[in-house]
Amino acid sequence: MHVIEIQGLSKDYPVGFWKKQLRPALKPLDLAVEQGETFGFLGPNGAGKTTTLKLLMGIIFPSSGSARILGKDFHDPEIKRRIGFLPEQPYFYDYLSAPELLDYYAQLSGVPQTGRKQRISEMLDRVGLGDVGNKQLRKFSKGMLQRVGIAQAIIHDPEVIFLDEPMSGLDPLGRHEIRELIQSLKDVGKTIFFSTHILSDAEALCDRVAVIHKGELRGVGVVNDLRSSAAGKTEVIWEGASALGSVSNYALEPHVTGDTVRATVSTELLDTMLERLRQQHARLISVTPLHGTLEQYFLSRTSDQEPVRV
Amino acid sequence: MNSRLSAITLNTFREAVRDRVLYNLIIFVLLLVASAPLFGQISIGLERLILVNVGLSSISVFGILIGIFIGIGLVSKEIEKKTLYTILSRPVRRWEFIVGKYFGLVLTLVVNAILMSVGFYVALLISEHKLTGADGHLLIAIYFAVLEFLMITAVTLLFSSFSTPIFSAIFAFALFVIGTFATDLRNFAAAAHGMTKWFATAAAYAVPNFASLNVIGQVAHDQPLGGSLIVMNTLYALLYSAAVTAGAVLIFERRNLK
Repeated sequence: MHVIEIQGLSKDYPVGFWKKQLRPALKPLDLAVEQGETFGFLGPNGAGKTTTLKLLMGIIFPSSGSARILGKDFHDPEIKRRIGFLPEQPYFYDYLSAPELLDYYAQLSGVPQTGRKQRISEMLDRVGLGDVGNKQLRKFSKGMLQRVGIAQAIIHDPEVIFLDEPMSGLDPLGRHEIRELIQSLKDVGKTIFFSTHILSDAEALCDRVAVIHKGELRGVGVVNDLRSSAAGKTEVIWEGASALGSVSNYALEPHVTGDTVRATVSTELLDTMLERLRQQHARLISVTPLHGTLEQYFLSRTSDQEPVRV
Repeated sequence: MNSRLSAITLNTFREAVRDRVLYNLIIFVLLLVASAPLFGQISIGLERLILVNVGLSSISVFGILIGIFIGIGLVSKEIEKKTLYTILSRPVRRWEFIVGKYFGLVLTLVVNAILMSVGFYVALLISEHKLTGADGHLLIAIYFAVLEFLMITAVTLLFSSFSTPIFSAIFAFALFVIGTFATDLRNFAAAAHGMTKWFATAAAYAVPNFASLNVIGQVAHDQPLGGSLIVMNTLYALLYSAAVTAGAVLIFERRNLK
């Protein structure tokens, strides 16, 4: 079942002195996310990730297109009882304590008063803030605020959780903590849609990713498939540029630096190529099997020139 | 009132109460009221008149100023700090947000007015050593000040729903000043001719009529106020506030938030 279905959703902003020109912030976007999936929405800064999330949350209105969340129109206020949202670099009412803030958001999400206090306490424990007491949020560190942000997004036990750059601006420890939190949500079967430009986080957490660049969807892929897309290739580095001619039929993308050559070769042809290199008295420096990375896929999708081969 | 509306109302009230600048204003007003007997000492025979004028004007003017001061940031601050994102991603209708903010600020101003009024009556008791029935009539002026708060809050919220805090403050304060002279504007409209009359009449009815809500002079001189004035002023303030708040909702419903 598709939990999120986006059909031709776009957003244009009027620009110029007379506001007559339109600048597309998001070109018509079609995307579907399955139930229980952790879906990464990747793109460089200014790619249109936050615009997409703001459209889905009803913060801005689309120029065209529509979306359905959990089978209902995304503008239906009732659907918002079943979704949670963490904005990018969130700021919360800093005059409130964490329990007060969660109580406020729980009320807005329709969490009944009975058991609300208990739920807030459990939620604070879950995000590692069980001991903050009534300290006001203005005294919280960035990492603590991000954890409060996750808590407010899930206080009403939503089925779908939208996270906008959840690791942005955090130190490695903070990133690790948030990653663990997202993993725990994934483990209990929540559907998670999160935008990020930190590829290692997406690679560690996501089942599928979409790459968006300049407001345009550039590709959607399964993370495991992307990882294996470069399997079957090996990188070989040797000294002896003169030997390159004898292996030119096997060596892919050769790079020559002085007398050193770096090239990739199909694993089936590796032995043959190594034999030829020995015959040419080339000195072998390294032989490394290659694995595809999300970074390679990301770079290939966001490059406006020739795509990089994965 | 539904639970979302009451939650937004109480949070707005809580924000104002925890705002330290607000305390400074309240302390200033309380000091002013407390020092009112000193004005009387330099105005022999006019102690009560001066005290009532200074006290009631303080309650009104400072309530208005606090209303504008807090009101200008009610919506824009939530947009600027993106706290609104976490509100609108919940089952909260945009009108609930605006109306909740309105009620929250009105609640703040009413509580302020009550605190200031207590200070004012204490000062009156110290000055006169007893309270009389005439002092009870002063409550009408305080009630009218609360009606002013209803209107200025709606006006400020309207500007806050589409403008920056600075422009909202300028617009709201300008409208307050014009509204204070609403009677003069109506007299001008009555005396004008042609297009000028048409524009002046439209302007006279569009601006909030704060002039009719200012009865401090009358109650200070123990002049009687008719029951119909209270009813009409109440109806006017409620209708005007509702219409302006509805305007703020209409604007906000269509607004793309940055």
